[in-house]
Amino acid sequence: MLRVEETQQAVEFSAALIAKFDDVKSRYPQGKQKSALLPILHLTQAEFGWLSSAAMDKVAEYLGILPIEVYEVATFYTMYFLRPQGKYVLEVCRTGPCCLVGAEKIMDHIEQRLGVKEGEVTPDGLFSWRGVECLAACGFGPVLQIGPEYTFYENLTPESVDKLIA
Amino acid sequence: MARKLLLEHINVPGINTLEVYRQKGGYAAVEKALKTLTPDEVVEEVKKSGLRGRGGAGFPTGMKWSFLAKPEGVPRYLVCNGDESEPGTFKDRYLMTYIPHLLIEGMIVASYALGANTSYIYVRGEMMPQIRILEKAIAEAKNAGLLGNNILGTGYNLELYVQPGGGAYICGEETALLESLEGKRGNPRIKPPFPAIAGLYGCPTVVNNVESIAAVVPIVNEGGEEYAKLGIGRSTGTKLISASGNIKKPGVYEIDLGVPVEEFIYSDEYCGGIANGKRLKAVVAGGSSVPILPANLILKTINNEARLMTYESLSDGGFATGTMLGSGGFVVLDEDQCIVRNTWNFSRFYHHESCGQCSPCREGTGWMEKVLHRLEYGHGKMSDIDLLVDVSKKIEGNTICPLGDAAAWPVASAIRHFRDEFEWHVTNAQEAIT
Ligand SMILES: NC(=O)C1=CN([C@@H]2O[C@H](COP(=O)(O)OP(=O)(O)OC[C@H]3O[C@@H](n4cnc5c(N)ncnc54)[C@H](O)[C@@H]3O)[C@@H](O)[C@H]2O)C=CC1
Ligand SMILES: Cc1cc2nc3c(=O)[nH]c(=O)nc-3n(C[C@H](O)[C@H](O)[C@H](O)COP(=O)(O)O)c2cc1C
Ligand code: SF4
Ligand code: FES
Repeated sequence: MLRVEETQQAVEFSAALIAKFDDVKSRYPQGKQKSALLPILHLTQAEFGWLSSAAMDKVAEYLGILPIEVYEVATFYTMYFLRPQGKYVLEVCRTGPCCLVGAEKIMDHIEQRLGVKEGEVTPDGLFSWRGVECLAACGFGPVLQIGPEYTFYENLTPESVDKLIA
Repeated sequence: MARKLLLEHINVPGINTLEVYRQKGGYAAVEKALKTLTPDEVVEEVKKSGLRGRGGAGFPTGMKWSFLAKPEGVPRYLVCNGDESEPGTFKDRYLMTYIPHLLIEGMIVASYALGANTSYIYVRGEMMPQIRILEKAIAEAKNAGLLGNNILGTGYNLELYVQPGGGAYICGEETALLESLEGKRGNPRIKPPFPAIAGLYGCPTVVNNVESIAAVVPIVNEGGEEYAKLGIGRSTGTKLISASGNIKKPGVYEIDLGVPVEEFIYSDEYCGGIANGKRLKAVVAGGSSVPILPANLILKTINNEARLMTYESLSDGGFATGTMLGSGGFVVLDEDQCIVRNTWNFSRFYHHESCGQCSPCREGTGWMEKVLHRLEYGHGKMSDIDLLVDVSKKIEGNTICPLGDAAAWPVASAIRHFRDEFEWHVTNAQEAIT
């Protein structure tokens, strides 16, 4: 079950971040600013690495909606992290077509190389990894992506994964 | 050699920039539509073209456009569906990556035809690089007076925005997409009303796939009748096929609808045959949601006619012996692949992606995943096979959106055509584990 992580840490949004929020908010008709919620959560996560309850409460305040409306969305979509992650999160496609060309071997290799299980963070805080569903690149599998820019790596081999991690 | 209407210039260096795109004739459709055609005339060309929705359902695009309600004083919206999450499908990402202006040109022409002054391209959030590419291309177009106020001096105004999703397959379903675009969870709405009557913010809205919108460009340039000359029967024009799995040349191919499946798999122009000298075992022809077919049935229909890449030919024989063109996600399995494992993998996907609104889908996908898992890992019983069929029947047709059907069909068809493999997993449980 997904749940929202409680933190005591206060969160401040910088003026630069608020300016980005304002830009997003201007894309929708008057009164429909809630539409900005998903893009704003992406911007918030890119800034802090994950979405704490304090950060989500501030987003709610910014958009003039209830905190529950933000939690509802943040828990529904898979891209939002509700707890701290490694600095680099390796997300490997684990869906059928990629498995036909060796995605499972790549995940085993990553687990072994990093020495942590899916969802866990390496002791130095640098890496975590997880399997995700089809990333719309099935012809170039196995594939993985690394946020927050979602840089993409195709036709993976154990060797190319080693180069990435090194 | 098939005609390339969408991908002709895809390998031209710099085609992602406005300058090169225009050198290659880009934005001629905007000039032609906005300066010489009325909105209704554009709709008429699209109707004549016979274009059918490339998102998977194959609904005639021109007809959908003509169903758009036009109440006085209410804004209308065009929303492009760039959520592309159907396993096996990767054509839209390809198009947006390499030739973003084609989509933007299509959006301008389509928005003009529909009378929309604000349009959105909803792109799945994982495609952040593609979102940046599109935003850059939009800025270029705007600078050149192709977007914004008074486009090319014609008095037509259009603002175009890219909206990221949050990671959820279900947001490709058009009403879930609209919920998501409104800043909510992606729970599909009950249809009807269709978005054409009540869509974004309750206003009349057309939702179209990336490839459908892109196809409007050659349709306007060459005329609907010319476009309709390509293809066979009600499958007109060209189609992007995403080819993956155990083939020599995976990738995105633009075909004339009507190419024989056998030619598509084996000719060097397309997939180049099965990789590593293996034999063909099965094909999922239209994305993970469509029924899987064994080699003999994908190459020939039950009446021993060559199977063609068209909406009609692929579905010939119904689900007993046929499948669907769907989104054109063509996944090829060689003789070494395990059907049970592949089916389990897909069912895990659907269970993971169910939005949870309807009990048959929420619970049924979980059951199918669990039972397939135990079969795959050697803990299954013979009765599990019929149990799977039973669960799939209870889901099919009993849900708000077609994700339920999409979860049921792969399981039912795998058992229909490969029951012996499921039985093998029960009788050879020890071997199945390894
Ligand atoms: N490209 C992808 O990644 C995926 C594609 N799909 C495909 O999606 C398909 C199902 O999509 P749906 O949208 O549920 O199919 P649908 O048949 O309900 O609708 C198709 C389109 O036609 C419109 N339409 C249909 N009847 C209409 C009417 N009377 N008035 C106005 N508009 C009307 C709908 O609004 C929609 O835009 C499946 O066949 C599957 O192949 C499914 C999953 C993923
Ligand atoms: C579960 C589900 C997922 C879907 N995903 C997509 C998608 O990723 N892209 C898409 O264009 N259509 C998708 N569709 C189909 C859309 O609901 C809709 O039919 C399509 O966007 C209409 O555009 P078109 O007429 O141009 O094909 C999906 C449908 C379902 C039921
Ligand atoms: S069929 Fe599944 S995904 Fe579709 S609305 Fe029902 S629960 Fe949600
Ligand atoms: S299955 Fe891996 S990208 Fe589609």
